Order: sequence, then structure tokens, then C-alpha cells
Amino acid sequence: MPKKMKRNYLLNLIGVLVLFAILCGIFDTGLLGKKNGYFLGVSIICMMTIIIVCSLNLLTGFMGEFSIGHAGFMSIGAYASAIVTMKMLELGIALPTALYFIIAILAGGIASAIMGFLVGIPALRLRGDYLAIVTVAFAEIVRVAFTNFQITGGGKTLSGIPKISDFHYVFFTMVISVTLIYMFVRSRFGRAVISIREDYIAAAASGINVTYYKVMTFTLSAFFAGVAGAIYAHYMTAMIPTYFNFMKSSEFLTMVILGGTGSLTGSIIGATVLAALPEALRNFQIYRMLMYSVVLVLVMIFKPSGIFGTWEFSLGRLIDRLLKKDKKGGAANE
Amino acid sequence: MSLFIQSLINGLNQGAIYALVALGYSMVYGIIRMINFAHGDFIMVGAYTLFYTIPLMVSMGMPAWLSVIIAILVCVIIGVAVEVIAYKPVRGAGSMSALITALAMSLFLENLALVLFGANPKAVPEIFSMPILNIAGIILPSKYIVTLIIGIVMMSGLAFFVKYTTLGQAMRAVPEDKQASTLVGINVNKIITVTFAIGSGLAAVASLMYCSTYPRCTTDMGSMLGLKAFIAAVLGGIGSIPGAMVGGIIVGLLEIFVKVYIAPGWYEAITYGILIVVLLVKPAGLLGKNVGEKV
Repeated sequence: MPKKMKRNYLLNLIGVLVLFAILCGIFDTGLLGKKNGYFLGVSIICMMTIIIVCSLNLLTGFMGEFSIGHAGFMSIGAYASAIVTMKMLELGIALPTALYFIIAILAGGIASAIMGFLVGIPALRLRGDYLAIVTVAFAEIVRVAFTNFQITGGGKTLSGIPKISDFHYVFFTMVISVTLIYMFVRSRFGRAVISIREDYIAAAASGINVTYYKVMTFTLSAFFAGVAGAIYAHYMTAMIPTYFNFMKSSEFLTMVILGGTGSLTGSIIGATVLAALPEALRNFQIYRMLMYSVVLVLVMIFKPSGIFGTWEFSLGRLIDRLLKKDKKGGAANE
Repeated sequence: MSLFIQSLINGLNQGAIYALVALGYSMVYGIIRMINFAHGDFIMVGAYTLFYTIPLMVSMGMPAWLSVIIAILVCVIIGVAVEVIAYKPVRGAGSMSALITALAMSLFLENLALVLFGANPKAVPEIFSMPILNIAGIILPSKYIVTLIIGIVMMSGLAFFVKYTTLGQAMRAVPEDKQASTLVGINVNKIITVTFAIGSGLAAVASLMYCSTYPRCTTDMGSMLGLKAFIAAVLGGIGSIPGAMVGGIIVGLLEIFVKVYIAPGWYEAITYGILIVVLLVKPAGLLGKNVGEKV
């Protein structure tokens, strides 16, 4: 059904552009008046969270392995990109902001991917609990290293990072990242990864190089975590290694689990809601993590696959349904 | 030389704390194959209980160490409650659900403590008021000796219990084969609950030892202590009681020696580094048995 696929691609593209136009309409015209900057900030944080949660879902949902150290990869991306842009600023290299931003996110992503690759090769011989613990250990080592290195601020706040995480750039970075992750999952590689999740022994027996696919997915996931870190660094302009701690990693994991392991739609919604929630409930701040943990336990008891399970939102399907073109079933396998 | 001996004493003290916490991890992991992330937070619960009960005990004219008994009771109740309320329902659902639930319970306890007690660190009053010995320039607080003796007594008591009592035998049987244990009349659920109770009780004793060395408690003291103790358990071989002791002592000594002699800022990284190396080179740990996976 290439025609149908083409139609769906077009629909999704239109959908994304419409969303972008709406958000631009709100933010660029200053519709919200005084609160404009505040909401802009919240939406940038949401979009950054979406990238990192989707990247974590790639591991947790599609590969079936845990990483409770994703904040570690994020911090590598953040620090690497900050160092690169600050160096460029120091050397007086004048570039358009867009190019600066692209260099920053690529630097963050690649640094993090290299780390992910290096950690992944030995660590992915392990599975389940042990791998989860190794990722925690890795994130802690990264944190300790960043508090000791002079170049990362030596335990103090690293500040003076140029503020180039503009709303427009971040939006398209997010769209491209999510699309790439989605395409990866739906590709030949993605199917191999999912088969590893279902039964790694059976997957190995049918000729899938388990370690190869695992390392590849791990590296890819680390890359996007690094991209998210780069966005964070260039939005906040100052950061401290202790921000990327165990708590932060578990927060990302919470978002993945609540949204649904194996559903990018779930991740996007989970990330948006849970990242925006603390802003909406400022007075409620202290109870936030308490609430998350209770919800997490309830989800595990009653619906272990998360709120959305493996369900994905499809614009094409929605339109079909609205137009009643699709009589029961039909495109449900999308 | 005196610095060396001093570090050795400090390291042994630190190691004894890790060993006791590692025992709790090891027992629980051995029996239900689950990293009980909340175990570290049981220590935090124990420490806060000590903080609130020691002044109470002193004002009632009783020795301060009696509050340990209250701490043990509180920890056992919380440990069993966590197991029954959160872990039991997900036991059949696979290791992923178990791990997330454990993580969620850890977050829950930590944040509950944050809500109840606030974010400020609390200074735990002195538990043992004992002289500090000074032998040829080496400072040896006699409470360290008490700590070490308590640790050794607890561990050997536990080893004896697991080896010779009926309940202990059942505890060893369950991880070997759950179905077969049920067949010979072992109530698996009861054994798991008992394991949690013992583990949490040990956590309370560990909190006593921790507080006598570092007399302050914070809401997040448990998570990192717990993680390091877990590393100790893995290093020694998970599921093995002597393994937990050996692992704990090694991690404690290494941490103190790295802190004193090599790089003060890096000692935590070294501990986590050990974990990665051990898992890659000898995943079964120093004293553990390597069990192959059945297809």
C-alpha cells in the first residue's frame, strides 16, 4: 500500500506543520502577553523531555532493557555541547544561530553516542537487573567525573553557555528525533530489536546478532539523550552535575512507564504531561514525586504495559474513522 | 604507618555497615531475584526512627540503645508492608515489573520522608557514649569496636539461622526451586515475607551503625548507601551470606583507602567502577555459584 503510506506521510507532515503554526501563532505574536516567555520556557522543556523519553523508550519499550542512568547520557550531551559552543564563542567563530544550534546538538549527540557505544559493548552482555544497575553505576561515575574535571566547572555551576535553544529549532529537532526513532522501530532493525525483547534466545536462534542490535540501539538511544542534553544546556545556559542524578533518571523512566512501554505516543504524552505538571502545580511540588511513585505502583499492578500499552496514534487512521471510510478493523494494523 | 592503621580501622567500620546492608539485598535477591531498591530507604527509616526515639528514651531514663529495638520493629513493619502491598501483586509479572515497582517504592519512601520530615538534615544524638581510645597516635573510637562486634554477631547469627533452623532451610530451598518447595510443604509466600522482615531488621541495625559513625540523617541517605551495598553484594556473590560480608568489607576498605591515598574526589567512581568490572569479569561474584540459564 505505498499510496496509502504516501498519504499518511503527507498527513503527518501537514499535522506537524499545523501544530507548529499554532504554537508559533501563540508564542510569536505574544498572544499570552506577560506569561508568554514563561509558557515558551515550559514548552521547550517539554519538547526536550519528549526527546529523552522517546530515546529511553527505545531501550525500555522496544528492546526490553532498563536504563536508570539516562540522565548520565543527557549530562554527557549537555557538557560536550556546552564545551564546544563555548570554545567556538571564545575563538570568535561567527556563525548563524541555526548552524550553531545544529553543531551543538550534533556535538552533544555524538559525544553521548560514543559513550553509549563504549559502555554498551561490555554492558550489554548483561541483561535485566544487572544491566539496570550498571547504567546507574555509569551515570554516577559520569556525575563524579564531571564534578572533578576542571573543564566541566569542577563541581561548581558551569555558566555562560550561549542561549541558542530557540523554540523553532527545538520544535523541529524534536519532530526529526521522534520521526527517526519511529522509523528505526518500524524498520528491519527495529523488528529485530523487538524480537530480542520478546525472546532473545529465540531471536539469536533465528540468526539475529543480539549483541550487535543491542549495542546499536543503545548507541542510538544515547545519541538522542545527548541531543536532549544539548538542548537543555543551551536553554538553561548554566548547569551543575548534580542535576543529572539518580532521581532525574528515575523521573524519565517514570514517564516512559506511565506513557506505555512500546508506545511513542505514550512517551510523548507522558513526557508532556509530567514535564508540564510541576509548573502547573507549583504549590504541590513536594508531593509530586510521591504521587508519581504511587501511580507507578498502581500502573504496575493493574496495567503493567503502561497507560497506552503499545498503541500508537495515527492521523491517517483518525481521519479515516472520522470520514467513516474505514469499516471496523481495516487499517488497525498500522 | 599510623595513617594506614587508622584507614584500616575506618575502612573496616565502613565495610561492616556495607556488609550488613548488603546482607539484606543479598537475601531478598537470592529468594525472589529482585533488586529491592527500597532496602536502602529502610535504613533511612531506621535512622529517622532513631532520631525521634533516642531523646524519648533518654528522657524516660532508659539507655539510648533501646531505641534500636523500636527502630527494628518499625523497619520490619515497613519492610513487610512494602512487600505485601507492592511486591506481592507483581510477583508473577516478570522481572521488569518487579524492578519498576521496587524503584517506585524507593521513590515513595524517600519522598514520603521528605514530606514528613523536611529536607534539612537531622543530627542523630549520640547512641553510645564511650571513650575514644588513643593508642600511639591512632584514634580508635570504642564505638567502632562495638559496631564491628554487633555486625559480626548479627552476621554469624544469621548464618547460623539460615544453616540450621527449619525456617532457614526453607529459605534456602525456595530460591533453588519454588515449585518443589511448595510440593514439600513450604509456604513460599510466608518465607518471602520472613525474608523481607529479616532484611529490614538488618537494615535497622545497619542504620544504628551508620548513625553512630555519621550522626546525621537525610531523606536521600538510603539510595546511595543502598547502591553501594548492592555493589558489595554483587562483588561477594549475590545470595551468599559470607559473600555479602566479604564484599562489604572489600568495598568499605577500598573506599576509605582510595579516599585517603589516591584521589579523594574519585572514591565513589571507583566503587561503581568495581561493579562494572565484577559484572563483566565474574558476574557470579567472588563467592557465588555460576548458574547457567535454562532454555
